[in-house]
Amino acid sequence: MPMIEAHDLRKTYRANGEDVHALDGLSLQVPEGRVIGLLGPNGAGKTTAVKVLTTLIRPDSGTARVAGLDVLTQAREVKRVVGSSGQYAAVDENLTGVENLEMVGRLYHLGTRAARARARELIDLFDLAEAGDRPVKGFSGGMRRRIDLAGALVIDPQVLFLDEPTTGLDPRSRIALWGVIKSLVAGGTTVLLTTQYLEEADHLADSIYVIDQGRVIAEGTSDELKAQIGGHRIALALVDAADTGAAREILARHGTGPVTVDDSGRSLEVPVQRGPSTLAAALAELAQAGVELHDAGIRRPTLDDVFLTLTGHLAQASPDPAAPSQIDEAAS
Amino acid sequence: MTTQLARHTDTAHLPHGHRTGGPRWSLPSDAWTITWRNLLKFKRSPDYVVFAVLQPIMFVLLFSQVYGGSIRVEGTNYTDYLMAGIFGQTVLFGATFSGYGMAQDLKDGIIDRFRTLPMHPAAVLLGRTAADLALNTVSMIIMILTGLVVGWRFHEGILAFLGGVALLLLFSYAFSWVMALIGMMVRTPEVINNASFMILFPLTFISNAFVQAQNLPGPLQAFANWNPVSALVQAARSLFGNLGQSPVSDALPMRYPIAMVLIGSVLMLAIFVPLAVTRYTRTSRR
Repeated sequence: MPMIEAHDLRKTYRANGEDVHALDGLSLQVPEGRVIGLLGPNGAGKTTAVKVLTTLIRPDSGTARVAGLDVLTQAREVKRVVGSSGQYAAVDENLTGVENLEMVGRLYHLGTRAARARARELIDLFDLAEAGDRPVKGFSGGMRRRIDLAGALVIDPQVLFLDEPTTGLDPRSRIALWGVIKSLVAGGTTVLLTTQYLEEADHLADSIYVIDQGRVIAEGTSDELKAQIGGHRIALALVDAADTGAAREILARHGTGPVTVDDSGRSLEVPVQRGPSTLAAALAELAQAGVELHDAGIRRPTLDDVFLTLTGHLAQASPDPAAPSQIDEAAS
Repeated sequence: MTTQLARHTDTAHLPHGHRTGGPRWSLPSDAWTITWRNLLKFKRSPDYVVFAVLQPIMFVLLFSQVYGGSIRVEGTNYTDYLMAGIFGQTVLFGATFSGYGMAQDLKDGIIDRFRTLPMHPAAVLLGRTAADLALNTVSMIIMILTGLVVGWRFHEGILAFLGGVALLLLFSYAFSWVMALIGMMVRTPEVINNASFMILFPLTFISNAFVQAQNLPGPLQAFANWNPVSALVQAARSLFGNLGQSPVSDALPMRYPIAMVLIGSVLMLAIFVPLAVTRYTRTSRR
């Protein structure tokens, strides 16, 4: 039985007089014990999908089940078995770290005493013991995130939803948080996480759904997705931008896709079928044409390449005016 | 963080037997948890203390000392006349906290957190309004004590006095639900603050709260007589025995102010409790 199952979810918002299709026929299936990443730019529908699955909003049409329970008709039962951490650390500033978690435990009906004990456990687990009895007001963004994530783990959830768990964190906190998530999923929890960071999906998820404009546009493991767009890429760095034309022509002959050139005209890339032999052949021709190189090499495609190939635009380069601003990392 | 986690996981600190939430939700216990959380917030933010304690003292002193000598009320003194007006104004403004609180929690994403928990759908609103009622009660007590210090007295006995206080708090509690609903409909908490001032100040000033309605010019006088704030103040004033011999208007709310306040409060609750709960179950941070 899939732990998370969504079928043809649709949700349309009206914003500024226009219909926005936040979900446009989204379907997905997550088997038990797997970590699935929903990858997509701002406004792709990731958060809306998570909100439907965590019973926060009702879709216009479509069905969804979590742990075998219908999110529309059995919302109350769904809430008892899932943990979730939203895109913004939803913690109460005026409560201490421990009180925040105790409150969540009491609202899961663990009983006041058990809720308090669990709160202490989680505070230790997330390495917040020293700050745990101070109001969250004085916490840094990273500490707030940890409290929020701990809130999702007050019960030991069958299914865990993490909406952009590391958005707004500095790289060090992000890597630390990845460690926490990995340790947690080692125990068999099913996790659905959303991210705009390709590296994060690559790092954490067993399998990835690439989402754009409310739809799944590709699905598979990171390696499968990379394979979909060709085995290797040849990358060149030219000494002189005057050679761009000649170099592009040579690469185009060897490539299996379009040649991309950066703004300076000195960095060129092309997808190829067989990396090493193609690189050798291309290098010979470049030398013959008198094109001088700083650097040349083969690399495996990144998820960035996948995204660019699938959607025609980069994952990050999608500033969405409707998207709320990110968390302020500095403690306020 | 990672090492610590690993240590705990090694000792099977996180057994994945998938502990779930308790089986039952209970409105009283969920609402109490939310009330507890809101009360902690009051305790820790000085703004609320200022509002609940200092502001009522300031109003009582300012009005009674500044206007006390210049406004005459037939058959009683201005301080006696004034107090019900100040009580009314303060509890109405106190009720707007429910709107501000809901808007702030929505903005902070806390409502989203609550909505993913297996809570009773009315618990957050009940906890919100209950905490605000508690704060309003504290304000009331402070105002009563300050009033007694500056010479205010009630004349109809302790039961009538308590009835008047209860009526003020009941009306304010019902109005809390109206504000809570509005709080879930606005984009930012600041809107609530600004709108409250824009609406409640005229409403309390064009009423019998601080001056006698019959001294107002024609159209304002008609408005004041039908203004719910006037009915509330009139009801409290009559229960405190602070009416004096000022003539009572023929307008229905002025002839039966206590009944009007009771009916109005019950109607507000009957309409706005279901509306607010329904809204809550559909609301989410945008």
